[in-house]
Amino acid sequence: MSTVSAPARPRAIAWRLASVAEVRAETVTTRTLVLDVPGWPGHRAGQHVDVRLTAEDGYQAQRSYSIASAPETPRLALTVERLEDGEVSPYLTDVLRPGDRLELRGPIGGYFVWDVTLGGPLLLVAGGSGIVPLMAMLRHRAAVLQHADARARHEVPARLLYSARRWDDVIYREELARLAEGDETLEVALTLTREAPRGWTGFRRRIDKMMLAEVAWPPAERPRAFVCGPTPLVEAVAAALVELGHDPARVKTERFGPTGGSA
Amino acid sequence: MDGGSATRRQAVDEAMRLDGNAAAGILSEVFVPDLTTARAACASCGAIREVGALFVYAHGMGTVLRCPSCGAAVLRVARTRTRLWFDATGARLLVMTAAE
Ligand SMILES: Cc1cc2nc3c(=O)[nH]c(=O)nc-3n(C[C@H](O)[C@H](O)[C@H](O)COP(=O)(O)OP(=O)(O)OC[C@H]3O[C@@H](n4cnc5c(N)ncnc54)[C@H](O)[C@@H]3O)c2cc1C
Ligand SMILES: [Zn+2]
Repeated sequence: MSTVSAPARPRAIAWRLASVAEVRAETVTTRTLVLDVPGWPGHRAGQHVDVRLTAEDGYQAQRSYSIASAPETPRLALTVERLEDGEVSPYLTDVLRPGDRLELRGPIGGYFVWDVTLGGPLLLVAGGSGIVPLMAMLRHRAAVLQHADARARHEVPARLLYSARRWDDVIYREELARLAEGDETLEVALTLTREAPRGWTGFRRRIDKMMLAEVAWPPAERPRAFVCGPTPLVEAVAAALVELGHDPARVKTERFGPTGGSA
Repeated sequence: MDGGSATRRQAVDEAMRLDGNAAAGILSEVFVPDLTTARAACASCGAIREVGALFVYAHGMGTVLRCPSCGAAVLRVARTRTRLWFDATGARLLVMTAAE
């Protein structure tokens, strides 16, 4: 009898030990963790990682965090909002320091992804920390198009509608302004739901159907829509887009859960 | 159980709802291809959707993926320290992209 060697056992997405290279304050409650991840296989914009914390007694808590960095940048960045009574997020935002280790697996989830080759128009709608995976898409788009001509940019126009409580809660505020300034095919619209600075001329209410009709392309242009944030916001926005006539198959959602960020 | 607490529980469940994409991590322990882009046919109503577009309810150790059309459980996956449980009785068919 001959022995047949078993085929190499395919491996599940591995847990890896990342090390924190940098911690950046984005807003009062959010921090970006820049990570070195040995063996990281690369990712697509929109994917996430699972982070796992293990207590000394062996108790483990696991949460998902979207990848904020573009696939084109060497280091992985996560942006985490601290929830006061949360189990995991306060550790990530307040305790971790450069040099610390963090266990994660990824990249995960090929469903909520976009790259330039998928084409546009690209409609992004975010609430609170739901901006994170959409920022990876915008950063990827900017990296790919930075040396392209105007025609290439016009083939993948992008619009972002982003809901935050206050001006100071707007994550990546300066970078978004910079990206939009240098690119006539990117439009960024903010809505501030709680409090707005003096002289604010932007939207001042929760995202609704009228706002979406104003910001989004008409359904006939067949935009690809990505909606991300707290579950109630995501469900309201996705339903409104479908009511406006957008194809449900082109409206992708990523629910962050009950609180997934202030919006 | 009184109706009020059932309604409250449903409201909490709805706020906790995630997308199938959020289950990609635990599904990757069971399947090699990315299951979030696989298509699943619901055994109870026949609706066909990408797994990433199902509704996810994650409680404790277990994750239930429900059909957005009829609410039936399409897939269930759970892990204990030593075992993975995968129940696909609610899926009539799963079609995924093969590795090249
Ligand atoms: C795919 C995906 C990607 C995500 N990406 C990001 C990201 O990029 N950045 C980010 O900051 N977050 C992201 N999240 C959210 C993140 O995974 C965590 O849910 C979040 O950080 C809270 O975790 P926590 O342990 O701090 O809070 P938890 O301890 O889980 O509690 C969270 C909050 O919810 C409340 N809560 C808990 N259970 C219930 C209940 N049954 N009913 C009502 N309220 C309840 C708690 O009181 C608390 O305020 C993502 C989620 C998903 C699914
Ligand atoms: Zn069904």
